[in-house]
Amino acid sequence: MSLTKTERTLIVSMWAKISTQADTIGTETLERLFLSYPQTKTYFPHFDLHPGSAQLQAHGSKVVAAVGDAAKNIDNIGAALSKLSELHAYVLRVDPVNFKLLSHCLLVTLAARFPADFTAEAHAAWDKFLAVVSSVLTEKYR
Amino acid sequence: MVHFTAEEKAAVTSLWSKINVEETGGEALGRLLVVYPWTQRFFDSFGNLSSPSAILGNPKVKAHGKKVLTSFGDAIKNMDNLKTAFAKLSELHCDKLHVDPENFKLLGNVLVCVLAHNFDKEFTLQVQAAYQKVVAGVANALAHKYHCGPGLFPDNHK
Repeated sequence: MSLTKTERTLIVSMWAKISTQADTIGTETLERLFLSYPQTKTYFPHFDLHPGSAQLQAHGSKVVAAVGDAAKNIDNIGAALSKLSELHAYVLRVDPVNFKLLSHCLLVTLAARFPADFTAEAHAAWDKFLAVVSSVLTEKYR
Repeated sequence: MVHFTAEEKAAVTSLWSKINVEETGGEALGRLLVVYPWTQRFFDSFGNLSSPSAILGNPKVKAHGKKVLTSFGDAIKNMDNLKTAFAKLSELHCDKLHVDPENFKLLGNVLVCVLAHNFDKEFTLQVQAAYQKVVAGVANALAHKYHCGPGLFPDNHK
């Protein structure tokens, strides 16, 4: 699965808007994830997950920053996320199903925050992009 | 068996009352076909599905989307009894339509994205969570009667 030129353009231009609200988007995405899919909280027993928690905000920022790295290096996502891929494979070992859940919650957050930009084409491009990011992050699992 | 709290039911029905079923249905089905193009396999008779704008403007897609979402609306009225409410439709999707139940999950999530898109700030974390439960419940209910032909054990589809 590889991204077409049109898809890359859509992703990069949406990223430009996301980057201006990156932290709040990250926090909202995680909050949506934990509320809709409570089982995902099992990966964060060491976190205060109450809304407004500093840990939640810091982690949300991290996640969106990584998505941004992928967008900024869209021609070579594998190289850009190589260290994160190893981290997920050998240390974090988050079950692969959860990448779909997180990706969905990010899409919902983008749909709610950028209604004019979240066209069907942008929706498709971002769904595909996040699937590529997810597969990079799980490619060293076994 | 999915259980909905009073708050969840209220959140779901309140948002539902503001939905334009015809438009939202067309949008949701259209986006399913755009975002997950392999789902077009069920709609060979629908004519032009060659581009996102062709899909979203296709009258058959809109009509069918309206049908699907109207049915969804029936679910909203029967949230405590989804399996019974969808029993006949479940058999139809298995025996006649031959739809892989995975597609119900895909459509459910596309619908959630469309609702977020249309309602933006109103589509809060809590409203989303309630709708995720509904779409999961509907997907399960639609898959419940699947047996799809003779299996290893003759009476395993009770």
